[in-house]
Amino acid sequence: MPELRDLYQEVILEHSKAPRNYKALESANQKAEGYNPLCGDRFTVYLEMDGDKIREIGFQGAGCAISKASASMMTQSVKGKTKAEAERIFERFHKLVTGHSHEHEAELGKLAVFSGVSEFPVRVKCATLAWHTLEAALEGKQEKVSTE
Amino acid sequence: MSAAAAVPIREKAVKLPFDVEKIRADFPILRTKVHGHPLVYLDNAATSQKPQAVIDALVRYYEGENANIHRGVHYLSQIATEAFEKARETVRAFVNAADAREIIFTRGTTEAINLVAQTYGRVHVGAGDEVLITAMEHHSNIVPWQMLCEEKGAKLRVAPMNDEGELLLEEFEKLLSPRTKIVAVSHVSNALGTINPLKQMIAAAHALGIPVVVDGAQAVPHLAVDVQDLDCDFFAFSGHKMYGPTGIGVLYGKTALLEAMPPYQGGGDMISSVTFEKTIYNKLPHKFEAGTPDMAGVAGLKAAIEYMNGIGIEKIAAHEHDLLEYATEVVGALPGVRLIGTAREKASVLSFVLDEVHPHDIGTILDQQGIAVRTGHHCAQPVMERFHIPATVRASFAVYNTRKEVDALARGLRKVHEVFA
Repeated sequence: MPELRDLYQEVILEHSKAPRNYKALESANQKAEGYNPLCGDRFTVYLEMDGDKIREIGFQGAGCAISKASASMMTQSVKGKTKAEAERIFERFHKLVTGHSHEHEAELGKLAVFSGVSEFPVRVKCATLAWHTLEAALEGKQEKVSTE
Repeated sequence: MSAAAAVPIREKAVKLPFDVEKIRADFPILRTKVHGHPLVYLDNAATSQKPQAVIDALVRYYEGENANIHRGVHYLSQIATEAFEKARETVRAFVNAADAREIIFTRGTTEAINLVAQTYGRVHVGAGDEVLITAMEHHSNIVPWQMLCEEKGAKLRVAPMNDEGELLLEEFEKLLSPRTKIVAVSHVSNALGTINPLKQMIAAAHALGIPVVVDGAQAVPHLAVDVQDLDCDFFAFSGHKMYGPTGIGVLYGKTALLEAMPPYQGGGDMISSVTFEKTIYNKLPHKFEAGTPDMAGVAGLKAAIEYMNGIGIEKIAAHEHDLLEYATEVVGALPGVRLIGTAREKASVLSFVLDEVHPHDIGTILDQQGIAVRTGHHCAQPVMERFHIPATVRASFAVYNTRKEVDALARGLRKVHEVFA
């Protein structure tokens, strides 16, 4: 039986209460909006790109603890990374939360705390909403991203 | 016997003990364990569970009665046709329609409302006209009218509600005008539980000759509905929210309106004769029932109505009202709880938010304790916007719920506080 503590780890609760990089970036040159109609979560991800590199990142919005913590920790993990590097992290993160692969857990660093999400399939969308939004922002897509 | 002596007898009849455990035994799914806990099913506004009598009716239909209706001269077809039309009569009596021809079987409330919008609506609503709804409608009583208005160049008007989730009747009446061609309103709000003052609303609309479509999906499981007393023009409801099967619903419409309306879908059963040059449509109610209907679903719906009648709708309502009052008190007293929808007249629904914790997180934590609630916008996004919240937690009660289950909900919510402390 999945345990609640596997999902709501201390780090996740802490980030959900005090999210990092929680701001609309004045200097943003790319941004995207994400929406999960199932639970009403909405996030905007702001990027200040320096060529191919994420120089600054911020996010704002409202959502559940999982989605907010995931957004917060995402901003920390991709700041300073190139577009390709960020996309690779998302790919591994996605495999982790969907339970497809734990082999890259070590490379994911702190993000590994989200491994418990794989035991709660309906919450995968919460954990990945900010990431899908980041992906759209990196691609320079204008339309709103939806996880439905 | 004096009049005074008669009173206690009536009171005694009302106060007969309500054996909820006996009722629970009728619902096999309630024996389910969820994550090691007994299932506490409080998502009845989404769909109710089904008693054995309804499950048996479906099985009986397929085991002994299945054949296509209104078609064959053979034995089974006649049995199936008879059973189908008997069920229509059962539904007629259930909502006290004047005539069984006024009962149209649909897939559910949504299809019933779309039927009215696409037939009556397309004939009677034109450019510059208005359709009036309320701020507490389910998406299924918003979008069909929006689609109609968009097609016709008409305007959708919305009657507002107060902070308790009660319709502002005066504002509603002010919005009625000669431009209003249809009023569409929920009897009971699915997100807030508010019971609307339908009789006054219908009388006000009728004073200007405007027909009223009622979304009764959340009303029929909890209240006695009398369409003649309400004097509504259309009344839509679903089987699956009132202990019946999924995929079957009902549109009631007044004969004169239904007669004048064009058909909804074309196909078999809705015609009386077809040539390549011209088709003559069948009479009511078959004109609106194209194709082979959900005959098993109709058998199940009949069984659901008989099940409810067996308990008595007044007893169901009284039991649920007791649960709602108890839950309002117990959950409302928990720290950080804000109730959404505190109308004086309510049925079955307790919607709330908790400080600092998102409804989706609450839903997961309650689920781990076997408690099923709905979390989200409840297909009523404009209601969420009205209260400036993204979502709520909604506990909704049925005849088989108990005070103990309300206590389990309260314990579950305390657990939420522990996790997020």
